[in-house]
Amino acid sequence: MRYALIVIPLLLLPVLLNDFWLTQVMTRALILGIVALSLSFLAKYLGVVSFAQAAMAGAGGYTIAYFGPNSVNIGIELPFWISIPLALFLATAFGGLIGCVARRSRGIYAIMITLAIGIAFFYFTRQNYALFNGWTGFSGVRAPLIGGISLRAPVPLYFMSLLSAVVSMMLVSGFARSPMGLAIQAVRDAPGRVMALGISVSTPIIAAFAFSGLLAGTGGILNVWYQERISSFSVGFGPIIDILIIAVIGGLRYPSGAFIGAIVFVMLDTFAVDLVDRERFNTLIGTVLLLIVIFAPNGLQQLVMDGAAKLRRAKQPTN
Amino acid sequence: MNKLKLAVSILALSAASASAEDIKIGLISILEGNFAVSGTDAIRGAELAILDVEGSVDGNKIEMVSMSSDGSPDTAVAAARKLIEQDGVDIILGPLSGSEGLALRDLSKSYPNVTFINGSSAAQDTTLRQSSDNFFRFGGDGAQWMVGVGDYAFNDLGYKSVAVVAEDYSFPYTQVLGFMSEFCAAGGTVPEKFWTPIGNSDYSSVVYAIPQDVDAIFVALGGADAVNFLTQYDQAGGDKPIIGGSTTIDQSILESKGPFKKLLIGAPAGSPTVGDYDGAEWQAFVKAYTTNYPDAFSAPSIFAHHYYMAATAALLALDEVDGDLSNDHAAYREALTNLSFTVPTGGTMRLDANRNGIVDNFVTEVYEREDGTLGNRVIKVVRDVSQSLGQDPEAFLAMGPVSRDNPSCP
Amino acid sequence: MTFFFIVTLNGLTLAALYFLAASGFSLIFGLMRIVNMAHGALLMLGGYVGYSVVDMTGSWSIGVIAGGLAAAAAGAIVQAGVLGWMQGDELRQTLASIAISIIMADLMLWYWGGITYQVELPEALSGGLRLPLLGVGYANIRLALIGFALVTGLALWIFIQKTRMGAIIRAGVDDQQMLRALGYPINRIFILVFALGGMLAGMAGVIAASALSIAPGTDLQFLLSSLVVVIVGGMGSVGGAALGALLVGLAEQYGLAYAPTYGVVFTFAIMVLVLAVRPQGLLGRAEQ
Repeated sequence: MRYALIVIPLLLLPVLLNDFWLTQVMTRALILGIVALSLSFLAKYLGVVSFAQAAMAGAGGYTIAYFGPNSVNIGIELPFWISIPLALFLATAFGGLIGCVARRSRGIYAIMITLAIGIAFFYFTRQNYALFNGWTGFSGVRAPLIGGISLRAPVPLYFMSLLSAVVSMMLVSGFARSPMGLAIQAVRDAPGRVMALGISVSTPIIAAFAFSGLLAGTGGILNVWYQERISSFSVGFGPIIDILIIAVIGGLRYPSGAFIGAIVFVMLDTFAVDLVDRERFNTLIGTVLLLIVIFAPNGLQQLVMDGAAKLRRAKQPTN
Repeated sequence: MNKLKLAVSILALSAASASAEDIKIGLISILEGNFAVSGTDAIRGAELAILDVEGSVDGNKIEMVSMSSDGSPDTAVAAARKLIEQDGVDIILGPLSGSEGLALRDLSKSYPNVTFINGSSAAQDTTLRQSSDNFFRFGGDGAQWMVGVGDYAFNDLGYKSVAVVAEDYSFPYTQVLGFMSEFCAAGGTVPEKFWTPIGNSDYSSVVYAIPQDVDAIFVALGGADAVNFLTQYDQAGGDKPIIGGSTTIDQSILESKGPFKKLLIGAPAGSPTVGDYDGAEWQAFVKAYTTNYPDAFSAPSIFAHHYYMAATAALLALDEVDGDLSNDHAAYREALTNLSFTVPTGGTMRLDANRNGIVDNFVTEVYEREDGTLGNRVIKVVRDVSQSLGQDPEAFLAMGPVSRDNPSCP
Repeated sequence: MTFFFIVTLNGLTLAALYFLAASGFSLIFGLMRIVNMAHGALLMLGGYVGYSVVDMTGSWSIGVIAGGLAAAAAGAIVQAGVLGWMQGDELRQTLASIAISIIMADLMLWYWGGITYQVELPEALSGGLRLPLLGVGYANIRLALIGFALVTGLALWIFIQKTRMGAIIRAGVDDQQMLRALGYPINRIFILVFALGGMLAGMAGVIAASALSIAPGTDLQFLLSSLVVVIVGGMGSVGGAALGALLVGLAEQYGLAYAPTYGVVFTFAIMVLVLAVRPQGLLGRAEQ
């Protein structure tokens, strides 16, 4: 019911907004939100803050670019009904692989190993021309045409992103309640006890990373359709930090916070030029992040919920 | 709900009607991060062109909206989309750097009702391969910017064999092509090329790998990378002469702080823009620049110069069609295609079949000014440099896209 | 063969620079368990201030000290003003230090601009000499780096292991409550440690700006190298940092010399590999 209250207005947005607001603000926020969701999923349920999400998203995005129509004449063009599952599969597998490599790391060490993976992936894409086309990357990537309608057109892309976001949210809550999801949370809370029960801790960790790779890959595919391009810039240190900022602004402990964070980030990114001197954009975004970390360590989602709770309490006497 | 939609459409309408007689030009430059200084200068160049026509063409007011990218293609595309979809611009002017140019070229195919005029971005393939009908470049590419240097190095300086040290991405590949196509044709050899990762700071192992029997080193590194390489080469006792790429020896490097600069004195380089050039048109341009922007550089940078040429072209063509942008800019694009005008460097700018500029280029040399600062002085001006570098366009295309190994003449 | 030896020497001297840059980071992490992501920004601040002071006074040593002091002050402010309030919450501290580094880098860009700076070396360190046996020229400053690194490493080890202050700090890490009960001002001690770590970073910044150069992006470069050095070696041990620096410095130079295309990937691949096999780093103690 609560979801309906949020989703129904979102379904009506295409009627209300022009292409710019629909695509550049809403669709972009949904896509970034899905990638950030893959981070907050890991943070909430596995207790791991991963800096490798941009790489997982990149794995999905690069696959779509390599096996799709592009203007750099690299790769093999496959029909979208093969390339999309393939991209999701590779992103999931890459996520699982990262989980396998990082499975023994905790806390700050997990941050470091995932950061190293993210940066190594970035440099690899920049240097490799056969698969990633190096510095230049892929351009002219076109979203699939279905029944003569391009998925890149503003309204289809928006609905596609909205659908993906809703499904991702549902998957996260479903997965968290599944036996594997519970095992993941058990590993987070008491890895020793899980081992004592004779259950492997590796499997839940790898599963969590693989699932997070699926989410990130979904965002990565949408992002390639939206940008119509992907390059080493898309998986560099900037995007890595952006994803983190989005998740933190929304609240690392709240999956839905990822989307709140994404909206705030996109609005700042798009309109900061009208508010502050563009040259000082990084000071602005850094200050926002710092203020959130200091005053609302659980992010805006928590603030909203606290505010709502207060309102409810304030209302009660009059009822 | 309907009310809201109405309100939105009224807003959209009023925005549209306000600009009915104005012509909106969207400017894309890098106004944040390391390139902010260059990006700001690019904006100055465009502003100067608008000042030239006092802000209107045939009674149509010219309105300029600028957006920033951070130098990555993704942000350049986002900036262009905002300018087109939200601000409703007719013409996009920009971007500044190579990968951004390729990205906007691709984007331009999705917006046939907008005309894109390149700023200072100089990737070769932006116009050479898969050019776009509504993407124009009134300037050269990275290879054109090196024209004259290979010839000068071989014939005037007598270098027979040159090693290359360059950053490992498309712009330096193109610069190396520009140098090598002349140098190799003249009979020179390039026995070894060292492609180093961007942002590498310790070049010491590259320094020692440079063969002893070369006559000079062609260095196509930008910014801090150039500073680091030159310093380390000097400290290791290296004494080969340096030949510079267009961004290796630009004014921002010459104005950087540090002892490495003395190594550069006497080094030749190729560049489309030379601050100290004494041509009459250039001096007039410098005067306009310094009068309007007394706190800026001592002369327009390569970026101000290119954005000025781009904006001038945009305005001249507008004047030719009396501001008529109807029919998806058909007449306007025709005018742009056939434009021919004198640029600040004194030559005549016009476009080739791919809508790429036929340009002037300079062979320069670093010298010490009387006050101890460094500048570039002109050795030679090369006029009418085409994108195929004077070769047969078909044969030039057949050489294939530039890469780490193409071209090659060991 | 000569080339191989030179590349090895380059790797060693680069390792010395990386060790200098990472020592402050290692100190702060080892004692306070804070991953200070603003370390690169502190280093860059030191480098810029060092440049300005050398430019003004003409003395390189004063520049190094000034760079160290500026970064020490900034480090103390960061700890006292922000990170100290989140003691024990590693993740929050990491995030806060990322925010601080973004802000600092942007403000430094605003003040010093996007151009490249290089600090002028004193007579004794500038220029190069001809190496015996190998018969090639070599930069004095690079050889000096090894000396700087040895002195810094030794001083750090003595400070932590042999002085009373070092003992107090080590005690504070093991049992804060007890130390507080004994009447030691633990918060002030932590601010002091942070200032010390900042000072090491700042001095390394001036040295890096002299041996190489400094420009926007230098902060990220040294932050990443320090992370790799300290984490590969095992966080918090001086010996571990030295080992990590050696690995990274050599890997980078061998990579550049023999496999330039993927050399830059090696460094991070090593980090991934080490952490995958030994999550606590090569010489690190396993955590509970």
